[in-house]
Order: sequence, then structure tokens, then C-alpha cells
Amino acid sequence: SDALSNNEHLSSPRAVNVDLQTDATLQVDISDALSERDKVKFTVHTKSTLPNFKQNEFSVVRQHEEFIWLHDSFVENEEYAGYIIPPSPPRPDFDASREKLQKLGEGEGSMTKEEFTKMKQELEAEYLAIFKKTVAMHEVFLCRVAAHPVLRKDLNFHVFLEYNQDLSVRGKNKKEKLEDFFKNVVKSADGVLVAGVKDVDDFFEHEKTFLLEYHNRVKDSSAKSDRMIRSHKSAADDINRIASTHSPLPLLFSNSQKIEARVAADEDLKLADLLKYYLRESQAAKDLLYRRGRALVDYENANKALDKARAKNKDVLQAETTQQVCCQKFEKISESAKQELIDFKTRRVAAFRKNLVELAELELKHAKGNLQLLQSCLGVLKGDT
Amino acid sequence: MSLCHFYPSLVIKFFRVCVCVCVELKMAASSERSPPPFPDSEEPELLEDSDEGADAFTGTSISEMDSPSPDSTRPPKDIFNEPPEDIFSDPLSNINSEPQKKVDAKIPSPSSDEAVDLFSDPLDDDSEVMSSPEVQNPMPDLLNEPVEAPKSDVLGEPPVHRDAARQQDVFEDPPKSSSKSSSVKKAASSEMFGDDDDDEDLFKEPPKVVTKKPQPSGPPVDVFTEVKSDVKVKPQVKDDPTDLFAEEALTAPAPKPSAGSSSSRTNGVHSEEQDLFSEATVELSLDSPRNDRKNKDAVKPSVSAPAAPVASSSSKAPSKTLKELEEEESEDKFDLNISITNPEKVGDGMNAYMAYKVSTQTSLTMFRSKTFTVRRRFSDFLGLFEKLSEKHSQNGYLIPPPPEKSILGMTKVKVGKEDPSSAEFVERRRAALERYLQRVVSHPSLLQDPDVREFLEKEELPRAVSTQALSGAGFLKMLNKATDAVSKMTIKMNEQDVWFDEKIQDVENEEQHLRKLHVMVESLVNHRKELSGNTAVFAKSVAMLGSSEDNTALSRALSQLAEVEDRIEQLHQEQASNDFFTFSELLADYIRLLGAVRGCFDQRMKAWQRWQDAENMLQKKREAEAKLLWANKPDKLQQAKDEITEWEAKVTQYEREFERISATVRKEVIRFDKEKARDFNRQVIKYLESLLHSQQQLIKYWDAFLPEAKAIV
Repeated sequence: SDALSNNEHLSSPRAVNVDLQTDATLQVDISDALSERDKVKFTVHTKSTLPNFKQNEFSVVRQHEEFIWLHDSFVENEEYAGYIIPPSPPRPDFDASREKLQKLGEGEGSMTKEEFTKMKQELEAEYLAIFKKTVAMHEVFLCRVAAHPVLRKDLNFHVFLEYNQDLSVRGKNKKEKLEDFFKNVVKSADGVLVAGVKDVDDFFEHEKTFLLEYHNRVKDSSAKSDRMIRSHKSAADDINRIASTHSPLPLLFSNSQKIEARVAADEDLKLADLLKYYLRESQAAKDLLYRRGRALVDYENANKALDKARAKNKDVLQAETTQQVCCQKFEKISESAKQELIDFKTRRVAAFRKNLVELAELELKHAKGNLQLLQSCLGVLKGDT
Repeated sequence: MSLCHFYPSLVIKFFRVCVCVCVELKMAASSERSPPPFPDSEEPELLEDSDEGADAFTGTSISEMDSPSPDSTRPPKDIFNEPPEDIFSDPLSNINSEPQKKVDAKIPSPSSDEAVDLFSDPLDDDSEVMSSPEVQNPMPDLLNEPVEAPKSDVLGEPPVHRDAARQQDVFEDPPKSSSKSSSVKKAASSEMFGDDDDDEDLFKEPPKVVTKKPQPSGPPVDVFTEVKSDVKVKPQVKDDPTDLFAEEALTAPAPKPSAGSSSSRTNGVHSEEQDLFSEATVELSLDSPRNDRKNKDAVKPSVSAPAAPVASSSSKAPSKTLKELEEEESEDKFDLNISITNPEKVGDGMNAYMAYKVSTQTSLTMFRSKTFTVRRRFSDFLGLFEKLSEKHSQNGYLIPPPPEKSILGMTKVKVGKEDPSSAEFVERRRAALERYLQRVVSHPSLLQDPDVREFLEKEELPRAVSTQALSGAGFLKMLNKATDAVSKMTIKMNEQDVWFDEKIQDVENEEQHLRKLHVMVESLVNHRKELSGNTAVFAKSVAMLGSSEDNTALSRALSQLAEVEDRIEQLHQEQASNDFFTFSELLADYIRLLGAVRGCFDQRMKAWQRWQDAENMLQKKREAEAKLLWANKPDKLQQAKDEITEWEAKVTQYEREFERISATVRKEVIRFDKEKARDFNRQVIKYLESLLHSQQQLIKYWDAFLPEAKAIV
């Protein structure tokens, strides 16, 4: 029997990672989510006073693939080249959790009913935690878009929010995937080029140096925090198991030790997820710098082409037009990119502040709760002697 | 893979990520390997086991290959002479000095009284070979074999250990333990394998040959005619390896890797034999207590569930009710304070050993002064245990078992690696020895033992040959083996005493329960260590992230966070060592102690068995008398009557002995329960206090961090 119930309902998930200024004219959240065997259905709830929506409040059901479609449509839109495209939410991954549950089902015979129930509960809790995180990540993406002065007006976004049918987004076919692959080969080669070239603009030069280093470090921290939390969870699991095995430790102890598992879970939520989000967000910022770098190279090439054309006195007009287009594009990107990068920093600082404060407060709360329980345990024990 | 088409712009990154994932997987794999919860937890045991496994194999193959050759040099008959000899060179033989009858009584004979006689006699063979033949007569051949087999199994071990110990450094040397394992097999199988062990012996160096044959299989004909020739062999053996004793006995006693095979064979034998031997075969089939226990764990985990409340209640309840008694005993303890300090490596290389300073502080008048200090090494502690066991265990006393040997740990120390694990090993052993000694002296009867006094007081302890050989673990395993056999026999014993009936079950359940718990705690220790390491790594990473952050306040907060994580790493590390020393070691101690408790039950069972055997014999004698009367053979009648009187006396004696040992065991177990409750209470308080301290520190650290986080602008 499948130990896992196929449908998991979830109400009021909260975005935990980023602090966003909410604007009454457009508010988006995920009010509910439903986990089915191979997909998660998110209920996207919108409240808006904007005139281009038919109603003030409405909900649609969306799947992960549709979120990706929306993200990709932003990336592919030249108009948005000067913006940090909010990073797409990670694909829901319940495979590991499901596999564990399945294994548990297979091993059902080898353990006591009590142990089995306990293990099942643990795994279901784990599953639920992943589920909540998935929902939160998807919600953050939508909130970021809704809070963005330009992206919030995007037509695709509005369709995504309002159209109450399946968007019939299809996966990319092989040819498209191959194209994407080559695009990215070029992009990464350009990335190296862009990184190697000293920017004429001090602001961008600084941002480039910062982001390249920051991205690597946040990636490292994210991986290490994951590992730390993983071992914290293992230790907490052990403690729970010990406490529930009628150990010589007093009964109260098991309550106290449930706290340990919560500490690990909160660290995961407040610390690891924050780092993970900024890993993706800093990548998105790097992508913006890349697009600007690309535009700069194009602009310089157009300048050279214009010089050549003038020297040869051939196709001058066409070269001039190209040069102007490139110039405009570069300047437009530079202008919005500057603001975007400043915003990125503001957002980052605010998010870190929020999460670190919450982390410290939760750690304190748990430690204090634990302390109290341990004290009463000791009281009971010492009363014994 | 399917992910990449959703991230067209990220394909390249995908590849990079792939590499990262690979690296991470590798790291994850290695980190998973580094704290192996299970193997680590049973590290010493496993190690021994695997050694034995290998040994067993080599042993078998050697014996198989060489079987034809040695026959000529040594008649297979010899084998049969030796078992008795060897059997009695073990602890029991040390009691040789006592009159024969006493020895008789002590020998645990699972079957008929003839067997008892047989065994008592060979005992004497060492000194006086004469007495044996007479006694041997009444013994039917058939009986001889199965009876002997289990004996060699149970009692034959010590000689092997001794043998092994002589070679201590060379503990990898397969032949030694192989002889043992093959002996088990042989005991189980029949004459067919009788010469295996001979071959083996020849194959090896002469010194080893001697002690190596506890194998009693083969036709019991002429057993005692050969004894003399055997006796001749013995001296040379004893002389040879003397110089080897200088080193610490390191070799792990090799118990039963071949158990599985032997038991299956035994079963075959069993079916052919009459029920007379059933006890014997039961013993044989049980010679792998560990496996057995594990199987039980696996097969019926439900047992542990009902056991658990028992365990917890037994550990808690008495602590309330027996308060006064506790106080009374703690007074005793107050009078005698023992501490073990200054572990010190003596010597170099594989001859090196650790010496410990044993300091005693006491006002007891039985000691010459109020404070004194001696230096002792690990084998001295084992020696003390063995001496005490020899003297007291057959009376039903609970002898606290010393910590087990650890080849791996000690080898590391010997090699002189100054790594933390080796320091941890030394500290672990020091603490374990201290607890062991404290348990010994807190036993009112053992404290009176001259050997204990000598151990604490005497400047130079004679390095008695026999004391070195046996590791506590080995002895325990031996005990356990017998105990398991007994637990099977209990069914037959038809326990009349409800208290014992329940207690035996309780102890078994509790031991299982503690074992399970111990595995979990070991896993916790490993995970906590892992967590500590990962926290340190994360702290460094966050410090780096902080240094590249261009918002000043956030950068500062991140480096503060790194500091907090650094301190938390320390806390985790301390907690891991608390998990281990206060909790895990406590469990390990009590797993060993429960084994010893089962040993006590076993001693009682043996006494019962002896009594029952005597009853049976008496019955037979009476029947014989009746037959004689019926057949009208008055000439033999008087002899029969005499025998009846003799056996009636024996029955009375054995019954009294059984009652005495029952009373002692009962007292001992009650005392043990009380001590256990007190110990657990004390240790749990200590453990919770350590956790409490951790939480207090955590609060301190996060309290200091919170304003930093709030200061981010």
C-alpha cells in the first residue's frame, strides 16, 4: 500500500525568503496547493485594482511548468534585457521523500508497529516540509514579479494570473533544447569575455567584481549549510528515536528533544533557503550584467563597423542606424540595470536582516524551551534521589 | 535531466552543476562513510569477528589440505586425551589445588554424572594420572562424546585464549584462533573430523600445538591410556612461549565464527542421537550467542516493546524504594575512593602498553595505609577479573566485567599515532577501567578478596601467566555462550521459582533493549560529530560570504554569525563527547553487566543440572538394585546399595548447593538492580545537565547575535 496519501492540501503558505514591498494595486499569493502523484497544482490567488483585469479578486490553478513558461517568456523578451528576471522556482522534487516512504512500506515487516508509525510520521513530516518549501518558492517568484514596476505589467503575467484554463504549455522539443544548449555555450563564452573586460563604468565594474565573487561564495555557503542541516537532522532523528525507545531518559526528555528537530527545520527554512534563494537571485543579476556586457560589445562592434563604412564610404547609413540601435539598447540596459542592481542590494540586505533576526529569535525560542524542559526533567530526576 | 528544457538559458550551468553534484555526491559518500553508525558502534567486536572469520577459513583450509600427513606423526587418539587436559587447564583447573570432590561439584556437566566423573578425572591427570581409569569404566562410550563436546566448547576456550595471548603481537596469525573455531566444529561434528585439529597443530609451530586441543570428538576408547604421553608433551609447550608473555595479551579471543555451520551440523547429529544428549547438542547449537541474539532482535522486535517498560521501570522504581539501602552502600563507597589517572605509554612498537595510575583513598582498616598508588596495565585488570571469576563466579557472585579489548584502538596507541581518536581511546579505556574497579570494590564480598586488596596495594603484581591471556571480552563471551545454552535449557528446567523465571526473562529483554539503544546512541554520537564538523565548515564559508558582502552592517552580521557557528561547533563537539562518555558508555557497561548477570543465572542452572543429573543417576542405581534383586544376584547387591547411598549423599549435597547458589544469585541480582538504578539515575542527571549547559550556551550566543542581526540596515 502506498503509505503516502496522494493529496496534500496546504493552506496559507508563507513566503519566507524575500522581503517585498507589497502594493495594494496587485497582490498575488498561492492560497492552496495540491500534491498529486506526479504534479503539484498551485492555486494562484490575485487581488488587484488594475483596470485590465476583469475582476478584483480571482484564482486560477497553475502547475510548475506554467511558472517556468512565464519565467522563460521574461528571459526571452528583449524588452526586459535590462532587468533582473526573478529566478524561476525549483522543480518540485518529492522523489527522494517518496522513495523513502516506499522503502518504509517494504520494510514494514521488520519493525514494530510503533516504530513503523513513528517512521511514517517522520517521513510524512519531511514530505510536508518539502511541499511547503516548494509552494513558498513558487509564491516568491510570483510576488517578485508582482512587485516589479515593469514586469507586473507584462501581458503574459496577466494571462498567467487570470486565464482560468490550462495554458497548454508544452515542454521544449529536442531541436529547441539543442538551440538552448548552443545559446548557452555562446553565453558562457561571452560571460568569460565580459568578465575579463574591464568596464568603463566604475559602478558596473564594481558590481561585476562583487557579483562574481558573491555568487561563488553564496553557492559555497548554500551547499555547506545544506550539509550542516542534513547532519543536524540526522542527529535530531537519532535523538527522537532514542527518546521514543523507552530509554532510561525521562519521558519529558522526548518532548525536549523534539525541539532539536525543529531547530534543524527552522535553520533550513531561515538560513539554507535564504542562501539558496540568493544563489539563484545572484545568478539572475549576473545574467543581467552579461546582457549588458553583450550589448556593450555589440555597440563597440557597431562603432567599428560604422568607422569602416565611413572610411570605405559604403553602407554608411545602414551602419549608422545599427550603431544607433546598439547605442540605444546599451544605454537603456545600463540605465535600468543600475537601478535593478541597487534594488537587488536593498532587497538582499532586507531579506538577510529579516531572516537572520528570525533565525536568532527562533534559535533563542527553541533553546529556552529546551532549557526549561531539561530543567523540569532534572527536577523530576533529582526529586527521585 | 528534464529540468534543463525549462531552463534554456541555464543549460551550461546545468553541466557545471552536474560536476558539482558529482563532487558533492562523492563528498557525501565519504562523509557517510566516515561516521558509520553501525560498524563503528561495534567496532571492537566486529573487528574481532572479522578476524575470526578469516581465521576460521584459513584454519579449515589448512586442516583440510594437510589432513593426511600428520596422522602418521600423531595418532588421532591423542586428541581425545587432550580435551580433558585442556578443559581443566582453564579456570577450573586452577582450582585444582582443591580436593577432587570439590572439583567434581564445580564441573558443570550438562548430562549424566558419568560425565562429571570423566571430567573430574582428567583434571587430576595433570598431577596424578592414576586415578582416572577407574572412574572411566562406568562411562558408556556413547555418552562420552556428546558430553565432552559441549564442554570443550564452553570450557575449552580459555586455553585457546591463553594460547593466543602468548602470541599477542602476532594476533593476525590465523592458526591460533582457527584451531578454536575448528574445535567448535569438531565438537559439533563427529569423529570424522577428529584429526583435523591434529593436522592443524602440526602445521603450526610447536608452542601453539599444546594448548590447542580442547577437541574431544572421536571415539572415546582408550582415552586415558594415552594421557601419559600427552602429559609429556605439555611441559615443553609451557616452556616454549614463556618469553612471549612479556607483552600485553592482545589477541582477541576468537569466538564462534563457525557457529552457523557447526550448529547446522549439530542438528544433524542431534537427530541421530538419543535425548540423553539433547542438552549437549543444545549447547552446541548455541555457541554463537551474538548471532543468536541478533537473530532474535531481527525476528521478534516486538519483544523489545514489552521489554522496554520493564527496563525503564526497573531502572527507576528501585531508586525510590531502596533509598535507605543505597545510602547504606554509599557509605561504603565513601570509605573507599578509587581513581585511575595518568595513562602512560610504556615501551615502544608492538610491545608497548598503557599503564595507569590506580590511586586509592580509604579509611578502611583492612588496608595498610589511607592513601596509596600503584601502576597497573590493562592485562592486570583482566587478570583481576579472571582471578575473581575463578574464585567466585561458581558461587553465583556477579563479577563486574572489565572493559573489552580493542585491537584497533590499542594498535593505534601502540603505533604511536597522536591523533584524537587514539587520545579518545585512551580516555575511554581509562574511564571504563575506573568504573570497573569501582564496581569491584563496591561489591561487599569482592572487596574482602585478597586479590582485590593486592591489586590496589601491592607495588609489583606478579604477572601470572594465566591472568594475561583471557580478555574480559573473551571470558564474557564464554559466559554468554554458556548462558545462551542455559536459556534454552530453561525450558527443560521447568523453573519452579517464579522470581527467577521472570528475572531471567527481564534480563534478557533488557539486554536486547539496551543493545538497541546503544546502537542508536552510537549513531547519535557519529551524527553529532558530523554535525560539528559541518558546522565548522559552514562557519568558515559564512565568514567568507561576509567578507565579500558590500553592505557593511550585513557583512558584520555575517561574520558575527560565523563566530556564533564556530562556538556552536564547539558545543556540538562537547555534546558528542557527552553523548559518548555519559550515555553510550553507560549502556555499554550495562550490556556487559547484564551479560554477567546472565552468567550468574547460568551458574545456578549448572548447579541445578548437576543436582538433576545426580537424581537421575540415583534413580538408575535404584533400578539396577531392583534388577539385581529380581535376578537374585546378592553378590552384587551390596555394591549397588553402597552406590545408592553414595548417590543419595550426592543428591542432598547438590540440592543444597543449588539452594545456596540460588540464594546468592538472587541477592546479587537485587543488588545489581539497585546499583543499576542508582547508576542510571546519576548518569542521566549528568547527561541532562550537559544538555542543559549546551542550551544555556546557545542562548548566550544567539542573544549576543540578535542585536547584530537587527543592526543590519
